[in-house]
Order: sequence, then C-alpha cells, then structure tokens
Amino acid sequence: MTAQKFDMIVLGSGPGGYVAAIRAAQLGFKTAVVERAELGGICLNWGCIPTKALLRSAEVFHNMKHAADYGLVADQLGFDLDKVVKRSRGIAAQLSAGIKHLMKKNKITVIEGSGKLVSPGKLSVEKDGKTTIVEATDIVLATGARAKELPHLKADGELIWTYRHALVPNTMPKKLLVIGSGAIGIEFASFYNELGSEVTVVEMMDRVMPVEDEEISAFAAKSFKSQGITIKTEASVTKLDKKKSTVVCTVEAKGGKSEQIEVDRVIIAIGIDGNVENIGLEENKIKVDRGHVVTDEWGHTGVKGVHAIGDLTGPPWLAHKASHEGVILVEKIARDKGNKEIKDLHPMDKGNIPGCTYCRPQVASVGMTEKAAIAAGHKVRVGRFPFIGNGKAIAMGEAEGMMKTVFDAKTGELLGAHMVGAEVTEMIQGYTVARTLETTETELMHTVFPHPTMSEMMHEAVLDAFGKALHF
Amino acid sequence: MAIALTMPALSPTMETGTLAKWLVKVGDEVESGTILAEIETDKATMEFESIDDGVVGKILVDEGTENVAVGELIAVLLEEGEDASAADSIAADAPATKPAAKPETSAEAPETASEPAPAAAPAPATEKKAAPQPVVAAAPKGERVFASPLARRIAEQSGYDISQISGSGPRGRIIKRDVEAYSPSSAATAFAGGVSLEGDAPYDVVKLSNMRKTIAKRLTESKQTVPHFYLSVDIELDNLLAARKQLNAMSDEYKISVNDFVIKACAAGLMKVPAANVQFMGDVMHQFKRADISVAVAIDGGLITPVVRGADQKGLRQISEETKDLAKRAHEGKLAPEEYAGGTFSISNMGMMGVKQFDAVINPPQAAILAVGAGEQRPVVKNGELAVATVMTVTLSCDHRAIDGAVGAEYLAAVKMFLEQPSAMLL
Repeated sequence: MTAQKFDMIVLGSGPGGYVAAIRAAQLGFKTAVVERAELGGICLNWGCIPTKALLRSAEVFHNMKHAADYGLVADQLGFDLDKVVKRSRGIAAQLSAGIKHLMKKNKITVIEGSGKLVSPGKLSVEKDGKTTIVEATDIVLATGARAKELPHLKADGELIWTYRHALVPNTMPKKLLVIGSGAIGIEFASFYNELGSEVTVVEMMDRVMPVEDEEISAFAAKSFKSQGITIKTEASVTKLDKKKSTVVCTVEAKGGKSEQIEVDRVIIAIGIDGNVENIGLEENKIKVDRGHVVTDEWGHTGVKGVHAIGDLTGPPWLAHKASHEGVILVEKIARDKGNKEIKDLHPMDKGNIPGCTYCRPQVASVGMTEKAAIAAGHKVRVGRFPFIGNGKAIAMGEAEGMMKTVFDAKTGELLGAHMVGAEVTEMIQGYTVARTLETTETELMHTVFPHPTMSEMMHEAVLDAFGKALHF
Repeated sequence: MAIALTMPALSPTMETGTLAKWLVKVGDEVESGTILAEIETDKATMEFESIDDGVVGKILVDEGTENVAVGELIAVLLEEGEDASAADSIAADAPATKPAAKPETSAEAPETASEPAPAAAPAPATEKKAAPQPVVAAAPKGERVFASPLARRIAEQSGYDISQISGSGPRGRIIKRDVEAYSPSSAATAFAGGVSLEGDAPYDVVKLSNMRKTIAKRLTESKQTVPHFYLSVDIELDNLLAARKQLNAMSDEYKISVNDFVIKACAAGLMKVPAANVQFMGDVMHQFKRADISVAVAIDGGLITPVVRGADQKGLRQISEETKDLAKRAHEGKLAPEEYAGGTFSISNMGMMGVKQFDAVINPPQAAILAVGAGEQRPVVKNGELAVATVMTVTLSCDHRAIDGAVGAEYLAAVKMFLEQPSAMLL
C-alpha cells in the first residue's frame, strides 16, 4: 500500500496544532492531524479549560460563603468533589468533540496514533503496534509539553501529583503542598484553598508569580495570605518522603535552614518540559535546546519542510501563543509557495502576548514589568489605580485589586500593563490591542470607557501615569 | 448657500497641487481677498485668496496633502447665518460629482502656452485661456501617511519627516520599528561611525518635489520627442565688455550684466531671423512676433524659467532690472505662474559656474535654447597674428522639426554679431 500523501501534516492537535491545521485547510492545503490522545491537547483536556471549570466552582462556592454580604441567605454550604470534577471533565469532553467537528468541517484527516518523523516529508504513525507511513511536503511538530519533574520531585499520581492528577483528585486533601507558584501552581493552590485544604506554596524565587510585576505579585501574595495560604518564598523542596497516605516534605529555606512539612498531597508545578522524545528529532538533526525545539522566528527548524510551534518550542508557553504561531507559520509556508493573498505577515511580537492567571484575585498582564522596563533603559511613567476607586468594582463586591500601567516617559509608548483583581483576565486584551496598534497615552486618554465598568480603571491607570487620574 | 472651495488651477499646466499650508481654520471669518492657504504647484508656492466673504465651515484637505487634483473640494465657506450642516451637505455631495477637470487641464497645458501672440497688442503669448473652471471632483485624495501613533511620535521627537519613512506594518503602516530603523542621512553616519564598505552603497530615498517631477516629465518628453541638433560658436566679448563698463560707469542706479546683453542679443536675433522664433505644433507652426526670453534660474531643488517678455522692445536697463527681480522672486518661490509660463526662446547661462561649453535640453514647446559658457581670455588669431581676446562659447540647441540647420546657423550668426557689435542692437 502506498503511503497517504498530504500537503501538510500537523503532529499534535493542541491549540497550536489544530489551529495550524484549520488555517492550512483554509488556505487549500490537504491537511492531516496526528494525535495520540484526545483532540485538543492539554489545553482543552488537561489544562486551560478544565482548570477554569474547577476554579469557577471554587468562585461560586466563595460567593456562596459570602452570600450574606449581598443580603442573600445560603445555608448548608457544601460541595460534592466528584460532581465538581465531573463538570470539569464534561466541559473538556464537550470541547474535544467540538475540535472533532472542526476537523471534519475543514476536511482535515485525523490520524490516531503516535507520530514520529522518519525523514523530512515522511512521518510514521504507530497505533496498537501497527505502523503506517504518511507523507507531506510540510510537517508541523506541535507535540506540546508536560509537567517538569526532577529526580527528587517525581509524581506518582497517588500522593504526589502533577496538574494532570490534580484535575481529577482521588480525594480532597486536608493539607496540600504546592511546589512552584507560577500560573499552574497558584491556580491549584487557589482552588484547593477555596474548597478547604490547608495549602502551602513553596517558591524558589523571592516572590510568588515571579514573571509578574513585583507590585502585582506582592499584592496577590498579600491576598493569598489573607485567604489562609501559607507562602514560602526563596525556599525549595529537597525531599519528598512518602508515608502510607501522607508525604513528608523537606523544605529548605534560603541560608540552609530546613523544615519538614507533612501533607496529604503534593502538587509539582515547577514548569514544563517539551515533548521532544520519540518524535524523530535526533535522527533528523533537529536542534533541541533545554528540552525545547529551536526554530527561527517563523517556526522553521532549519530542516526543509519540518517546522515546530507551541510549547514544544520556546517561551512563553501559552495556548494563545501556540495558536498564533501556528497561523503565522502556515501562512508563511503558503506565501513561500506563492500564495499572493498572504500579505502583511510578520513574526509574532512576543512582547504583545498577554498572560492570565485565574487564581483569586486574578492576575493579568501584557508587556514589560516596571523593573524590566527600567532595566531595558526606559525612563518610565507609572500609573496605578485601585479597585476601591471604581464604582462597579464596589457594586460587585470586588473592591480588592489594582491596575498598573508602565509608559515610556519620552515617547508615551505603553510598555506594559499589569492587573490584579476580579475579571482582569477579561480586560487585559484592551491594553493588548493598544500595544499592538502602538498607541500612546494620548489615544488611550481619548478613548471613552463605558460607565459603569471595571474597565474604567484601565483609563484611570493611564491618566494616573500622567498625573491626571480623576477618581482617586 | 454654502460656497465650495476647490483646488484652484494656479497655472495653465497645473494638474495637481500640494496644500502646503492652511492660513485659516474652521470658524475663521474671511472676506474677499483673505489669503486662505498656500498651495504648492509644480513650480512655485502660491497664495490662494478667497473671492467671497464668509466663515470657514469645513476644511476637507489637510495641510501637507500632496497631489490634490485641480477642482477637488478642499474647504467649504459658510455664508452669513448658515450653520455647519450646510458645509456638511456640500462636503457629502463632493464625492458623487464626476471628476471632469483633470483630463482637460492636462490637454490644455501645451496649447495654452503656445497660443500665437496677438499681432498688435503686446499681451503675453501665454495665459490667453483662462484657467479651467474648478469643478468639484472626486479625484483621489492626496497621499495619507499611515503610521501608528507611537511611530508618529518617535519620528517627531527624532525630527524625521514621517512621510520619508517606509512602513512594514499591516498594509504598509509605519510602525515603531520602521522609525527606529530609519536613518535620515547615511552620509552623516558614514562620517560619524564609518559605514560598512561592503555590499551596495547606502543611500537615502529622496522624495520628488513637484518641481522635480515636472522637470523629469518635461525634459524626458523633450529628449524623447524633440529631434535636437546643436550649433556652437565662439563669441568675442571685448566690445561688449567695454560697452558694459561704459554703461555701468554712467550711473549707480543699475548694473548691467553680460547676461543682460545676451538676453537682449537673443531677442534682437529673433527679430532679425523670425524663422527661429517658432514653435512646432504638430500640423502647424507658430511663428511669434515678439521675443519672450525664458531665462533659466537654478533654485533650491530644481530650476525655473521666468520670462522677460518682449525683450526685443526693452532696453538693457529694463531687462537687467526685470531679470534681477524675477531671479530674486524665483529663489523665494514667489513667482506668479504667468511669470514663468510661456516664452518663445530660452537661455541657460552656466558661465558664472566656469562651464566652458554645454548642450542644453530644449524646453518644449519652444524650439530653441542657447547654452552660454564662461567668458574667458583665449588666444585668437586675428589677421594672421596671435592675439588675446575675451571669448565665450555658446551652443544653440534647435528643434529640427521647426528649425533647420541653415536657419539655426543664421540665427546664431545674428546673435554673435549683436554680441560682438553691441551697438548694432541700437539699430
């Protein structure tokens, strides 16, 4: 039997892969997607979406606990963990089915199995011990990533979890230790804390959510602490000693002082590793650096016809970055093949990729932190606005939070925007559009923000940077 | 009824203009004669006067907009008691009107300039036809520069002209990185930092001024369609210089230059050899009865040819004064169109720049131009003896369709005679 031939094969159907496949099909490429697990990848099945489902349950539960603040009565508060998890899984399944529909609609062939690059243009797909060969002029590697583990920090799925296990808990841990305070760690800390776990977060750096602006990070840390989360910064877990149903964790603080904390469960959230194994990288001399495939700014690996996008490649490791990379790469390939419709194509400006964390309070940001801006040589103007100065936030009972803008003092360029508080993940795109269009403070000041909304704070944070804030 | 103000045709050849500057703003009261704007044509910057009284209701074309077609609506004037809505309705109507002015104007240009001069009245040969009536035209708007606000601000702060920067953003939009990558003068950086000598030579992109575009268009057309031939002759200037010295010694009120003599001699030559005072018009020729001499003046960014009208009838003093005044105003960009349009013959003098001899390109529809070199002392043979004389080489370029070699030679001999025996011009 001759091998099935395609114009483009995408290995992996996560938010990078499936979006790349759709765009390829739209541009007239005969396209296939190879997936070894569920369509939609980690994002839909084990990441972004199911965690948002869990966190929503936690948020509603939080609101129920504060029903009296709103003049409401909510007795006999409680939750059914199984049902909370079941809801989350149901949503993941629903969206994965949606991807299947999208593949069908775009006439994309879905090939189940584990793909491996045999040679440029040729991919082997193994399923249930059977191997088939498929061919394509262009192959896009989008195999994603998984939780990073270390020899002394290994998950067992029982007592020691990664995000994957934490999404489908076998029990509600009374005491939980979360290693790492990035987006994943802090979201789980927030979820389990809300549902009653006694949570300790251990962070190696000197502050939680170390990629965020220092002020925002400090604001969030203060809030987490007030909610009862224990935070240990500049500390690392050096040993996990598993007992019958608990884990004794050795936490070493800066300076070598160590302590032992016994918890029911541990979540390892110390980062991710690209899924670079067994996909034929070495055999085809595709360069890998510290667990991620090296590409140029378009996603070309340097091996003709072989490309890579998403978490498999460099940071930031975010679904929306993967999707965007997928579209840019596919359009670039089409343009290289003479498609005249493709215009204005540019590599992604990574400074314009927003980041969102759905803990309580939420954190969202785009662009440079104040410190990074100063380090980059900018003379900055910083604006701030607290939620307590916003009518809508107060009416919502969400007066805890702040927004911060960082402008270049000379040019008025919006270098960065940072937010902490309710619903900020839904607002950051406003500043992202501003950055993408290269607005200065002038256009932002002249933009009319609707009243009453929390987005008015975005306006105020701009005004404040130039000494013109009105409501604070 | 609100009054539509359209791009005026400020010269017969004007098809489009640059709205260089608004001197009024919305809400300003204007009366007949108020200068509304400065308009840059292919040759000069002109003032645009209001012919009505009213209040500026709307300005539709921004300052700095290039290539505004003649007849395009640029502003609306409100009459007493009218409100801004009247301006809006006129402005809204504008795009619906057919562009009618454009082809007419372009077709008109050469013809207008070549109308035969009336026999008796010494009216200028040009400007017979009125400028085309402005028509509200939906001609394409002048180029708008698309740039991000940040790019604009950085360009402004860096002192760059944003229109000089090419954009790499969506649909060619100029974005921050374009401004940051832009270098206004690679020459300056070469001295400062030493630009790499590898690869192509670095260059700046210089935008064409309207004048440069006109020069390029007209002279390409000339060299491609006009069959040029060239005649050179040496002219001894010693008598002329003596006469000039004598004349200039008589009064401080004027200072006659060699060039003034050349203008006068060329005009006198055209009267003596009328067959050289012609223009080729396709199926007919125009033979002019007056010598209007266009004098090429180098100005910033190009050249312009103001016309000394009826130079054959004017004295040296008058020619001198007129020429000085025209040149001065040419440098200031303040010539009126009728002052540089038309002309029956051209002179290009590069003597003051030390050029010995050169061939000039005919300025159509004219049929001849005299290229004047530097007067210098040269050895000459007179009556078998070597002597020293002040000699100047001139070269006549002729349009062979209108002027044959013999006519050209005859004319050149006449010019030589008038310059070598200046007193003959008194006849």
